[in-house]
Amino acid sequence: MTEHAVTTTSEHHAADIDKHVRIYITVFVALMALTIVTVAISRLHLREPVAVSVALLVAIVKGSLVASYFMHLISEKKLIYAVLVLTTIFFIVLLALPVVTHSDGFWIRE
Amino acid sequence: MDIPYTVEIRRDTGLTNGKIGIWLFLASEVMLFGALFATYILIRTGSHEWPRGDSILNVPLATFNTIVLISSSVTMVMAWASLMRGRFTTFRLYMASTVLLGGVFLTVKYFEYSHKFHDGLFPSTNNFLAIYFTLTGLHMLHVMGGMAVNAYFLGPGAKQWKTNPVWFTNRVENSGLFWHFVDLVWIFLFPTLYLL
Repeated sequence: MTEHAVTTTSEHHAADIDKHVRIYITVFVALMALTIVTVAISRLHLREPVAVSVALLVAIVKGSLVASYFMHLISEKKLIYAVLVLTTIFFIVLLALPVVTHSDGFWIRE
Repeated sequence: MDIPYTVEIRRDTGLTNGKIGIWLFLASEVMLFGALFATYILIRTGSHEWPRGDSILNVPLATFNTIVLISSSVTMVMAWASLMRGRFTTFRLYMASTVLLGGVFLTVKYFEYSHKFHDGLFPSTNNFLAIYFTLTGLHMLHVMGGMAVNAYFLGPGAKQWKTNPVWFTNRVENSGLFWHFVDLVWIFLFPTLYLL
């Protein structure tokens, strides 16, 4: 199989890719460190609300790193941001539904 | 008829069709897993008592699997970066590592599941195990799907590098977006099921 440089329609060029690779390695190290932090915090046996908050916070940071750098969301086109904003709104509604219904919502009373 | 906008950018979207397609698909995936996370919250908050994940599940194995999946995300993005640099041999190395790490993840899950079944713990045993098997089972199917696509690009699909390297690179990038999403889901599944 031949080796030839790709000049894609994408705005990435070889020099940029080298910079990206260094960022990928940094993100990888950060994700590993945060995985250890997640497990270490769980060993502290914090009160449930605190434990849930901290665990989700760390997961959100890790998820943001993956989405921003590995999935290149940090430099994406507006249309993709628009799709994701819409998705986030529906996702929040979806997660809020059980929380709201559990908080003594009048509409679920028999 | 050729598929339009696989290489050139559509003027109205500023993207290739494949890119917008995979993101729309991932948006639907967010809602699929979101529905199951909502189910988890509903079942958990509605229960009088809920076991801590680490009292039933194997945390060291799951931690190992988290490291494996994060590593596979790095090898995936490096596979794409290799193509962008025009280094096909390096691409193959990274892509093979990605598929291999996916296999390691599934093997560990196999042992985890087998151990649970051996101990008489099934999805029907209680609500915790029901949601555990549903969420991790669905996630495993996604790992298998991602591995199949990546294996295709490593094997027969790689022929496209000779004829249309730009399209091939874009396809690998889109496959990578799916793989990173699978990693992202696990990042939330791991603390939710195993540590809380």
